[in-house]
Amino acid sequence: MSRLPVFAPTKADEQARVIADAVINRVSVYGNSTCPLETAVGFFKLCASQSCGKCTPCRIGLTRLTDSLESILRGEHVEGIVEQVIMVCDTLYKSADCAIGFQAGRVGLAFADLIKEDAESHLANGVCTQPFTAVPCVKECPSHVDIPGYIACLREGRAADAVRVIRNDNPFPSACAFVCEHPCEHTCRRGMIDAPVNIRGMKQRAVLTAGAVDVPQKADATGKKVAIIGGGPSGLTAAYYLALMGHDITVYEQNVHLGGMMYYGIPRYRLPEENLNYDIDAILSLGIEVKLNAKVGEDVQWEDLVNGYDAVYIAIGAHHFRDLGIDYATREGVMSAATFLHQVADGNPCDLQGKDVVVVGGGNVAMDATRTAKRLGAKSVRCIYRRRIEDMTALTEEVEAAIAEGCEMVELMSPVRIDKGTDHEIAFVGQPQMPSLYRGGRPAPIATRSEEAVFECDVLIEAIGQIIEYQYFTDKGVEQNRGRFLSDEHGRANGFENVFVGGDCQTGPSTVIRAIAAGKAVAANIDAYLGFGHDVFDDVRIPRATFDSKLACGRVNIRERSAAERAGDFDGVEIPLRDEDAAQECSRCLRCDHFGMGSLRGGRPEKW
Amino acid sequence: MVAVTIDGKTVEAREGMTILGAAKAAGVDIPTLCWMKKINDIGACRVCVVEVEGEERMAAACNTAVRDGMVIHTNTPAVVRARQTNLQMILSEHRNECTSCARSETCALRRLCADFGIQSMPFDARPPKGEWDEDFPLVRDSSKCIKCMRCVAECEKVQHCAVWDFTGSGPHMKVTVKDGLNIDAAGCALCGQCITHCPTGALTSRRDIPKVMDAIADPDTIAVVQVAPAVRAAWGEPLGLAREDATPGRMASALRALGFDYVYDTDFAADLTIMEEGSEFVQFMSSDKPRPMFTSCCPGWVRFAKLHYPQFVSQLSSAKSPHQMMGAVVKNTMRAVAEEAGKRLFVVSVMPCVAKKYECDVPQLATEAGRDVDAVLTVREFDRMLKMFRVDCAALEETEFDNPLGLSTGAGTIFGRTGGVMEAALRSAVFLITGNNPDFSTCDTTAATPDKPWVTKELDVDGTPVRIAVASGLGNTAKLLDAIEAGEVDLDFVEIMACPGGCVGGGGQPIVFNQELASERAANLNALDEADTLRYSHENPDIQTLYKDWIGEPLNHTAHEWLHTDQEAWDI
Repeated sequence: MSRLPVFAPTKADEQARVIADAVINRVSVYGNSTCPLETAVGFFKLCASQSCGKCTPCRIGLTRLTDSLESILRGEHVEGIVEQVIMVCDTLYKSADCAIGFQAGRVGLAFADLIKEDAESHLANGVCTQPFTAVPCVKECPSHVDIPGYIACLREGRAADAVRVIRNDNPFPSACAFVCEHPCEHTCRRGMIDAPVNIRGMKQRAVLTAGAVDVPQKADATGKKVAIIGGGPSGLTAAYYLALMGHDITVYEQNVHLGGMMYYGIPRYRLPEENLNYDIDAILSLGIEVKLNAKVGEDVQWEDLVNGYDAVYIAIGAHHFRDLGIDYATREGVMSAATFLHQVADGNPCDLQGKDVVVVGGGNVAMDATRTAKRLGAKSVRCIYRRRIEDMTALTEEVEAAIAEGCEMVELMSPVRIDKGTDHEIAFVGQPQMPSLYRGGRPAPIATRSEEAVFECDVLIEAIGQIIEYQYFTDKGVEQNRGRFLSDEHGRANGFENVFVGGDCQTGPSTVIRAIAAGKAVAANIDAYLGFGHDVFDDVRIPRATFDSKLACGRVNIRERSAAERAGDFDGVEIPLRDEDAAQECSRCLRCDHFGMGSLRGGRPEKW
Repeated sequence: MVAVTIDGKTVEAREGMTILGAAKAAGVDIPTLCWMKKINDIGACRVCVVEVEGEERMAAACNTAVRDGMVIHTNTPAVVRARQTNLQMILSEHRNECTSCARSETCALRRLCADFGIQSMPFDARPPKGEWDEDFPLVRDSSKCIKCMRCVAECEKVQHCAVWDFTGSGPHMKVTVKDGLNIDAAGCALCGQCITHCPTGALTSRRDIPKVMDAIADPDTIAVVQVAPAVRAAWGEPLGLAREDATPGRMASALRALGFDYVYDTDFAADLTIMEEGSEFVQFMSSDKPRPMFTSCCPGWVRFAKLHYPQFVSQLSSAKSPHQMMGAVVKNTMRAVAEEAGKRLFVVSVMPCVAKKYECDVPQLATEAGRDVDAVLTVREFDRMLKMFRVDCAALEETEFDNPLGLSTGAGTIFGRTGGVMEAALRSAVFLITGNNPDFSTCDTTAATPDKPWVTKELDVDGTPVRIAVASGLGNTAKLLDAIEAGEVDLDFVEIMACPGGCVGGGGQPIVFNQELASERAANLNALDEADTLRYSHENPDIQTLYKDWIGEPLNHTAHEWLHTDQEAWDI
């Protein structure tokens, strides 16, 4: 006789797991191109599918919620139905027993306003607030690059055409091929099957194999002059498109090199100089006038710009860094990441050979400083952050790469003061933290009762956030809020007709592709302001989609050189896709421009 | 002890106590639906939610323990709204046809909805559908089930049968017979405790009023009714009669008012049972049959034994249950008279029981005169008929039962409570062995309670030790049987009642939500026993006449033909 079976997953358990995994896959690529109410229905149905059914609000409430939302979607006018949806969410949140129910209600309440707004639109006008976008990657790319289009070209071996397609919406195909955070991949429908397509990898493959690609023919000169302040991704994007439109462009750049943060912030090992120059050379081939070492307010005056040009685009980025705001017993060896990285970019790095370095911060800039310090021969590099590693805003792969290269992450350590060290010049004193309740989507760190910790070092690099040098411009009447320039949704600066703002100085520190997207939009809006409606599209033939069975197939990732090898130099760390890698990745694209609603309007992004 | 503040009043509460318990002690009423103390504190219905200061969410009062310094609000507008919304949700999955529901007056959901002013149904009603064998004595209407799980808990934790289970999850989670079985194959003892613990009309007993009314209405039928001991302790409750007004005499008048031709008392048959079972026990004591002998008055117990402990069935007394004996006596003694008048006899039993609806149909119980009992009504059905017939019971004069099958002893009356059969049997068995009536205290079993698995007692009968035990409730029964089987207890005679507290807590009794009335009703029966001039079954003169005129001696051939059975042969 025996009485207890040895644990083994049952067939039912395994089947449930298969379904659950499929659900996770699908939900992982939930785009924002579907109707918010439909998404809410899906969410609540998913919640109901996880319910055990014990408690009233969860068992019944979730179904009644979806009933009500579906009734709204059918356009059925029922008195008080929207309020009822909110009431059910409230009851779910307040009175359900466990997280299956109450968290569903909490989420429902969190997007109550969205539900309300969309429900009212459905009921009043019979239309959804969310326009349907057929191609999720294109929708999600801030600059709406025709991703299926260029992948299809690359698949046919037409790399140059792929570059042309990208340039229709983004004049930095090469820079983005190395450093874009690729939001497009997060909604790639391929994720429903196996994993998103390696879009950045194929962009990289395209620019590396295309060679120099001519820019399109410029439109006839319009005689209009546009001044662009800042030669970073946003300013140069605007310059590129406005030049194509036939306007006369002058770029004022305060540094000796163009590229902005792409040159002075992002280290060479992530974006090799020749790969950045690939784009800058193409842009400058349009005959754009560039004034280097030209700081507005010193080398050129605001009045000269607004009076001397038909339009002005302020795209000065966010290049200043805050200090830690604590007591410093010494400033010897303390510097901002901006200064540190700028010096390296200028070929004039500080000497870290054999030194102990501490970097403070958890963003991508902190990782750039950390990995750069390592490459400059530092004996030790410790990156200190007040939250957990998983709360760092830096890309996970950046953090992992830094660790692989021999840098150390010290998490949950908040700066208290800088003392003079005993063995070193600097003693960073930190208070150990622990994660606590969520605020703004991340758990807030709170101080523990543990004793202060001391980290001695020769050099302390502070990378806790970038700020915008706005003073000169606000003195001239450009409005700001919390250090960011204010504009309308088309990028026109508040109170001005012909002054536009965009990029990091308007959004706060963000990604290269968002800065590019702002430059593109502002170019279109300046062109319109100047009285034109130029079409800058380079018409490239996009191959027809082919039919196949779309079997699950592993995603080919971009590999990196070994950590030990790459940590000793500033050469690019990435190993681009091979022929066969790229061919397979191209074939993984589902061609959402053809299959699905994509076929309705030809699948291409609208010409802008 | 901890200090908690409930609605502004600071009270002491035992550590680990629930908010509901602390509130009750503080005189604060919190509504509940699914909660059954210690049996079903699962917090499913969410109508007992309360606000706790410092928390955004509400706590279920029924299963949230108090902590020191807790400040609780049980009656804020937000609490009321949450309860209302949850009630509306429950209603959306409940077939709200209250006017045609057996539980119309006793439905806990209906009462709460009235209390909370639920006068609109914001959600589309979607009561789930389900199939049921309407001929089975236990009837389930899934469209009225609110998934409170009380039946599941009661059957599994109190009654050991685990007939009910739930299946599926989320919106389609539902209560079912375990493993999707048909109810008649699921090991149901038909105790009916799930019915009396169902807050709504999802679980009811088969409605047999129509065939009883047909019999009463038929001029060619002699409608005979008998009424079980425990009925007299509870029948007045739904009628609003005070216990002192709901007398057996008034009950007899009420039965006459319904139009029955003869109104007999099952108490008489209880005395007859004692004669047979007592005699059987005296024989058993001098035999080498395996110990113990079990009482057999309770068909819920008989079914339970047959379904769950078949190894004990052969040890049951062969005596039929009292109402079956009564039916057999009526049918056999009145047959000639009825035939002469060209009429048929129709015996109705008013019982606190659901299992007897099954028992009366068991073919193996029939005698030459046909089936013993033609229909069984629960006390709830009896009360329903009194309302149908607009019988003003309070105004009725008290009358005697019809004789000769109406006279009974206090020993017969206490059959309705746990220990009563044993006590009555001992009173007569001791007499049969010693020739002397024992003291009442010698035979007393009032220590029996469903709160203990079982109680035992040892009597010295002329130098022979007699070891008896009494258990009620099938969970308790299972524990006792397991102990017997394991050799942990040695017993001679055991009384089992399927329902906790015996027939006074029967599955056919009136339902009062969340009140266990068995002990209160038992006190009523004990008072009747004490007040009775006859308290030994063998002293019932009409019993003696019955033997003299019809049967002869206990356990003789006629007795076996009419009054005994072989439970092992019963169809289940």
